[in-house]
Amino acid sequence: MSDVSPALPSPVIALVGNPNCGKTALFNALTGSRQKVANYPGVTVEKKVGPLVTPAGRTVRIVDLPGTYSLRARSPDEEITRDVVLGHAQKDVTPDLIVCVGDASNLRLALRLALELKQVGRPVMLSLNMMDIARRRGIEIDADRLSRELGVPVVSSVAVRRSGTDALLAEIDRQISKQQAAGTSEWRAPDAGALRGAQREADRILAAVVRGPGNPDSLTSRVDKILLHPVAGLIILLAILFVMFQAVFAWAEPGMDAIEAGFQWLGGLVEHLPLPDLVKSFLKDGLIGGVGSVIVFLPQIVILFFFILVLEDLGYMARAAFLMDRIMGGAGLHGRAFIPLLSSFACAIPGIMSTRVIDDRRDRLTTILVAPLMTCSARIPVYTLIIGAFIPAREVWGFVGLQGLVMFGLYTLGIVGALTVSFVIKRLIWQGKPGEPFMLELPDYKMPQARSLAIGLWTRAMIFLKRAGTIILSMMVLIWVLASFPQPPEGATDPAIDYSFAAMIGSAIQPLTAPLGFNWQINVALIPGMAAREVAVGSLGTIYAISGGEEAADQIGQALSSQWSLATALAFLAWYVFAPQCASTLAVIRRETGGWKWMWVTFFYMLALAYVAALVTYQVSRALGAG
Amino acid sequence: MNTHPTIALGAARVGFRGRIHAIDAERGGAGLPAAELERRLIELGFVEGAAVELLHQGLFGGDPIAVRIAHTTIGLRRREAMAILVSAEI
Repeated sequence: MSDVSPALPSPVIALVGNPNCGKTALFNALTGSRQKVANYPGVTVEKKVGPLVTPAGRTVRIVDLPGTYSLRARSPDEEITRDVVLGHAQKDVTPDLIVCVGDASNLRLALRLALELKQVGRPVMLSLNMMDIARRRGIEIDADRLSRELGVPVVSSVAVRRSGTDALLAEIDRQISKQQAAGTSEWRAPDAGALRGAQREADRILAAVVRGPGNPDSLTSRVDKILLHPVAGLIILLAILFVMFQAVFAWAEPGMDAIEAGFQWLGGLVEHLPLPDLVKSFLKDGLIGGVGSVIVFLPQIVILFFFILVLEDLGYMARAAFLMDRIMGGAGLHGRAFIPLLSSFACAIPGIMSTRVIDDRRDRLTTILVAPLMTCSARIPVYTLIIGAFIPAREVWGFVGLQGLVMFGLYTLGIVGALTVSFVIKRLIWQGKPGEPFMLELPDYKMPQARSLAIGLWTRAMIFLKRAGTIILSMMVLIWVLASFPQPPEGATDPAIDYSFAAMIGSAIQPLTAPLGFNWQINVALIPGMAAREVAVGSLGTIYAISGGEEAADQIGQALSSQWSLATALAFLAWYVFAPQCASTLAVIRRETGGWKWMWVTFFYMLALAYVAALVTYQVSRALGAG
Repeated sequence: MNTHPTIALGAARVGFRGRIHAIDAERGGAGLPAAELERRLIELGFVEGAAVELLHQGLFGGDPIAVRIAHTTIGLRRREAMAILVSAEI
């Protein structure tokens, strides 16, 4: 390892630290928008890599690893951290330098982790992160002494300030230039005695180098008196969720109107092109209309993720898990399942992936099985369309919009469904065996940083758009083909779509869905809806635009309200609460559970629930006169 | 040294302040093997001699509890906290 030629891959620097140590903010500060995040959003579960040019002009690659208290991996998440640190993962992330990141105002557990990391035999350094907050609280750290005691270089960092990472970068340069070869690892999974000894050593060092007020963050204590109050805390949590859903509805409207207008303008442009009618129809109804009807929901998705990210960065998510633990435990769920399930409100895919934070296999499987029942953002287009078309926009009790209330009801139905299913799973499949203990750090409250928030939102928006641009676009093209071919014979009087493949498929499954009040147009929309739920909206648009001419295309909602009964609309909503209408979710379940079995279990139980729910809704509504 | 009797942290009330006297994972319920529970508690900082304070509890059955240990706050269930033996501070 004496001669480094430029052809060699750039050195890898791994960020390792406890959960909540500000590691991800530091990663964002170091790599900015150049980072490559894994396919799916959510909590830090995937490996994240980003390039960085150091002050000395070296290109290095930073790897952000899932937070852990120990290398003794207890969850798939922590296994990634362990494997990368030990060099057992892929070559391209084997670290040349490990940066242990510690929250400067809460170093106790970080120091023990640093002692453990030293045994790995790779160059290690410690970065005292969020040093600004520690100083403000009057905490002083003798970094030189700490460095001597630990035997590793120590620098301080402030991820949120422009020059806050200078010292860290300089030290990275110094360490990399030494080109130290990795020694042999002395690391063994520690037993209780070894852990105890290491924590005592960490406590001894801490007492020697840290001076400051003995009392912890007083602001956090005061706020927790309210937010963790047994009664007030729960009420506030529910209020936050309620505001979240109202905001998704209200704030998104201007953005959605603008996007809608934009796509209509695009569609209008196509009208004047010198092209055959069939091509024009493809461009306008299939392509522009299809993609537009999905992208229009971007504002809602961004707003929802905004709330989730802010709550996460604030440190409130762990509190929410604390408050919900007993309630979720009653339904057979782990308190930690709260975060994956809340993420599932945005999309079940990041939700299912973030179940990696649950250590116990059974708890994790239960969470994965019910996550798709949480109302994901892809259902919002469908709900919005139907609610907008069938539920009057008036206020009840003087201040709550009826449409928002129905939306809230649909969310509640999903939650109740998820809790019931997990309760049944616990009784039937696990037969009441005790689950994993709930143990979770409740971090000090911190102000979310705009830059980190922006990077998070950007990543998630891009993932949604990529999905809209690939799977959804190809499905829109497929449905256009199904709805346009074969073309009607000469002199046909019925709408063209009545002669198409779509009509044939829709009619073929008609006997099955007739008791639910579904017509063949709905059946047709359900098929491509399997690719992604929101596609059903575009499909309905395509079907009705083609069958009803120009006017119907402008207002899918208007078309629906004139062609569906209220009972059909409600049954359609009930179907969407439960139906396994998302192939990507099923694919992720297959991947995360390591086999087909649980994917099919999910598919069939959801299908059964959806059928029963739609059947009951339709028949009851009809009996009540909404037929 | 104090002469206060030791109790399990899992049986303590909100406002309790004390020091950890011992970790006896056999008392921590049937959720995890004792050796594993002991290691997890230590990894979250529960070692003998550390100062603890019971800050909050949940609505139903006073569960889970939020415990401050040094500068960290940990949420855990009373069942596992039974493994943490503490003596009250004077």
